[in-house]
Amino acid sequence: MSIVDAGSAPAVAEDSVARPRRTVDRVLAGNAWMVFAFLYLPILVLIVLSFNDNDRVGVWTEASLRWYGEMFQHSRIMGALRTSIVVAVLSTAVSTVLGTAAALSLERFRYKSQRAFDGLLYLPVIIPDITMAVMLLLFFVQAFDIVLLVTGVGMSRGLGTITLAHIAFNISFVALVVRARLSGLDSSLEEAAADLYASRWLAFRRVTLPLIAPGVAGGALLALTLSLDDVVIAEFVSGAGTTTLPVFVFGALRRGISPLINAVSVLMLVGSILLVVGSLAISRRRTGG
Amino acid sequence: MATTLTPPDTDDTSVPPADLPPGLERNAEKAESRRGFLIGLPAYAYLVLFFAIPLAIVVVYSFATRSPSGLTVLADWNLRSYVRLTDSLVLAITWRSLWIATFTTVVSLVVAYPFAYYLATRPPRTRAILLVLVMIPFWSNFLVRTFAWRLLLSSDGPVTRILEFVGFANPRLLFTPTAVIIGLVYGYLPFMILPLYASLERMDHSLVEAARDLYATGWEAFRKVTWPLSKPGVIAGSILVFIPSFGAYVTPEVLGGTGTTMLGSYIGRQFVGTASDWPFGSSLSVAILFVMMIAAMFYFRSGGKDL
Repeated sequence: MSIVDAGSAPAVAEDSVARPRRTVDRVLAGNAWMVFAFLYLPILVLIVLSFNDNDRVGVWTEASLRWYGEMFQHSRIMGALRTSIVVAVLSTAVSTVLGTAAALSLERFRYKSQRAFDGLLYLPVIIPDITMAVMLLLFFVQAFDIVLLVTGVGMSRGLGTITLAHIAFNISFVALVVRARLSGLDSSLEEAAADLYASRWLAFRRVTLPLIAPGVAGGALLALTLSLDDVVIAEFVSGAGTTTLPVFVFGALRRGISPLINAVSVLMLVGSILLVVGSLAISRRRTGG
Repeated sequence: MATTLTPPDTDDTSVPPADLPPGLERNAEKAESRRGFLIGLPAYAYLVLFFAIPLAIVVVYSFATRSPSGLTVLADWNLRSYVRLTDSLVLAITWRSLWIATFTTVVSLVVAYPFAYYLATRPPRTRAILLVLVMIPFWSNFLVRTFAWRLLLSSDGPVTRILEFVGFANPRLLFTPTAVIIGLVYGYLPFMILPLYASLERMDHSLVEAARDLYATGWEAFRKVTWPLSKPGVIAGSILVFIPSFGAYVTPEVLGGTGTTMLGSYIGRQFVGTASDWPFGSSLSVAILFVMMIAAMFYFRSGGKDL
């Protein structure tokens, strides 16, 4: 309740306007709690069911860690987990640098081929996952055929192709987030720095970068999330041996649900939550210190 | 050296302002545009190699032939894969994908807008906490969240039990379009909330107060001030929800049944197993991309003109 009051109390004086606003606030708060319930209840159900000892997901017998034990013994699951982490970290690092540079290039400069690049940068966002997956599958099949023909070296799809594919869509998402931040900024601050004889690099490091830092961090976190989230593209560009954890789970789901998959799902959930908490702690220390 | 940023009003770099010495100004501007181009170049080169070229390959494949054994023969170029796009099955699947995606986007917008507004108008401390609470599901894996609904909606799951308890006889949600829409809204709601929040949070709320001071009603202030200012967020959010919903692959596979095949999963099926047909899958991909680009173009254009 105190949350609701704090927002509306000081802004509105005790005139006739106050009443409808309070009602609106109450409706908004109610909607907010419903959204939170909608977002969290399914996750809670999943977590509870992962501790179910029974072989059947829907039938509760007793709480146990049985499925977690089996999960950590499962070499394919552990291998897929490692692949997922490596791909996510590599693709985020590369795409954050490239995406931020592209955003700066498009927002702060004027040159001829800009519009074409603008379109090229937006396409991976607009395109559905499945189309991108098909494109990259055919690309790698074709490229490896050519490599085999020219050099005689046989290459196969796996960790490398998944990483390359993830960078391709992450660049656009990072650029999108950073551009949103840049376009909302007053460029007069950067102009002031330039007027005060700051070099190009100094002005970027001292003025532009701190201003866009939330955008860059947001873009990087989005990239990390999208990489860990991706099933479709990874499924198409991964080989027989190497898959990511989501691809493994998706394959298992097609054969039917099992308590083991519940446990793996909760592992993925815990991983993402640790990621959020960690990134928040880092950003707080940076801004607070 | 005192570098100057390009003034925002000069769009064409080849025309220097008349009252400045033309040679110097032109050199500075040339260096400036070259610098801008070089900064973006690595990203562009990457996208040409891993996006533009793959796209071209799909277009080429869509004109190729499928051999009886299922392999693709890059010869005997033809339009057969495109002719098949007008099959009644393909049209039915397209129509279904379209209405499911539209429904998902509208529901998401209606739920997310008041939510994002609520979030953006909280005091900073509360806002930070609530934002984290939104982020946690957003950061959680999409497949896992979809899978959670499979558990919830299954015949012995909680939702079905509650519906039975309330009085619905034999409720069956799993493997229906409703289940797919629930899964899509659940999956993509944060994509709607976050851009909306970003544009509402950046908004200068004293503008709303100014409107209220000028005797605008709450609704008028919203319609004339808040809504137009949040429009970029609405557009971005709607695109971010509609596009993955239209081409959805995972959700209909996990929550849908035989009667809810959407375009995404139909395309996927052309590339796996012995019944695969890469040229047909390619022509479907080209078609879906074409429709998507036209939709996005219309959307941007109407969004730009509207207000």
